[in-house]
Amino acid sequence: MSWGKEILSKMAQSKKRIYLDHAATTPLDREVLEAMNPYFSDKFGNASSLHSFGREARKDMEEARKKISNIINARPNEIIFTSGGTESNNLAIKGIAYANKSKGNHIITTKIEHHAIEEPCKWMEKELGFKITYLGVNKDGLIDLRELENAINEKTILVSVMFANNEIGTIQPIEEIGKICKKQKHKIYFHTDAVQGLGKEKIDVKKMNIDLLSASGHKMYGPKGTGILYINQDAKIQGIQHGGGHEFHLRSGTENVPGIIGFAKALELMDENREKENKRLQELRDYTIKRILKEIPGSHLNGSMEKRLANNINFYFDDIEGESLLIRLDEKGFAVSTGSACSSKSLEPSPVLTAIGLKPEQAHGSLRVTLGKDNTKEEIELFIEELKKIIQSLRKISPFKHSKF
Amino acid sequence: MVLDYTQKVIQHFKHPRNVGEIKKPSGIGIVGNRICGDVMKVYIVVVRVKSGKNKGKEIIQKIKFQTLGCVAAIATSSMITELAKNKTLDEAMKITREDISKSLGRLPPIKEHCSNLAADALHEAIKDYRKKQKRDK
Repeated sequence: MSWGKEILSKMAQSKKRIYLDHAATTPLDREVLEAMNPYFSDKFGNASSLHSFGREARKDMEEARKKISNIINARPNEIIFTSGGTESNNLAIKGIAYANKSKGNHIITTKIEHHAIEEPCKWMEKELGFKITYLGVNKDGLIDLRELENAINEKTILVSVMFANNEIGTIQPIEEIGKICKKQKHKIYFHTDAVQGLGKEKIDVKKMNIDLLSASGHKMYGPKGTGILYINQDAKIQGIQHGGGHEFHLRSGTENVPGIIGFAKALELMDENREKENKRLQELRDYTIKRILKEIPGSHLNGSMEKRLANNINFYFDDIEGESLLIRLDEKGFAVSTGSACSSKSLEPSPVLTAIGLKPEQAHGSLRVTLGKDNTKEEIELFIEELKKIIQSLRKISPFKHSKF
Repeated sequence: MVLDYTQKVIQHFKHPRNVGEIKKPSGIGIVGNRICGDVMKVYIVVVRVKSGKNKGKEIIQKIKFQTLGCVAAIATSSMITELAKNKTLDEAMKITREDISKSLGRLPPIKEHCSNLAADALHEAIKDYRKKQKRDK
């Protein structure tokens, strides 16, 4: 494709970069920025102050809380503002565990959770002697509901299953999990880490029987350092950050008003555009997947084709190491991600990819592309052309033989 | 997480020196495995020097490599071919992972094991050559 080459060389000259890593973070939407702007220097009041400066900040903050609660079918007093997904997850796990430890010490989660769930669980195990069950997943990345039911015992107080996976985009059967938790004789809280799901998927906490839900602003074109934890108003939970008693005594610390306004605006925009944008992304995703499978020998899709976030693409390539692939693509201006051990601090391949049955040598060759609202089909064409070239070139220097393509 | 590589590492990664296969090598060294992520193959051609300071000694006249692996694995492979070229076999046997790391500026600490691989592959190729020599005698 000569036009492709031309544009690629122009890209190289102009240093144009194409961002394909929206599961890592997203750019702040200009509209969100505009919504936030007044709250830095004009409406700067402390939302806990009693004077007019404080009152105007509080009023708008409460408006934002209401907006968010409406979108997920919760009540405003069930939304706690936090500093992001990690804090929300910590508050959910530790807060429920501490408040309910007299009832039981067993938590059920999965092998494919984010570190922000895995580490607090491990900490509870070490510090308070909690027992943690890690549910496995099938090759699509889905948990087995019967396995979940079998794992529940009279000591179980919490089930935490992520809404959608950050690496392979698999969407869990959240409503069914909620039903299972609800029908038990004793109270089992159901928490979902929806950092990758909120905004992208329709979420109704009541219909889905979700007791707690974590989300993050910067994954949906909102500001970094912002997050929420939805907590069902009947839940027994204890705060873990103590101080002035902000956020219903569950999360002390002066409210980040511009961040809160930004979070609400970002979610509102995502919600408004969700159906249209999901359709567009899905088409772009499926086009990319089809072309890669067809045009690159030794390419394999990771995860589910049906239960998948509209923007997630994850492959592994035979005899390719992900870090090398990532750096070569980066050089050409394409930002992607990999689950290769060689790119991780631990030098261990991605636990998510090993949980869906990939061998270490397969996980080493993985590539994650996560699309966003500004990506176009033309950018994808360029990406695929470059990807093909780089894979060919890396295989050429490998000691293993490959057929040319 | 992408590690902090020096310009020199990236240079060697982007433009690796002496890549490829030697059809009739004097020795071959293969190290690493796919499970750990890196596999490296080094080919050498050894000749006896006819004149000059190394007269009568065996040197590595040609060296090539093929590597499947991360940025550090490819860069260290490339670097070792440069360090070993035209060295006597005894000199080449003395090249260590520190030598490679130093020549590349430095490697991120966690990647130091990758440069072991490059030195090992070279040493294996020399041993392979020496074993063949013994057998032929």
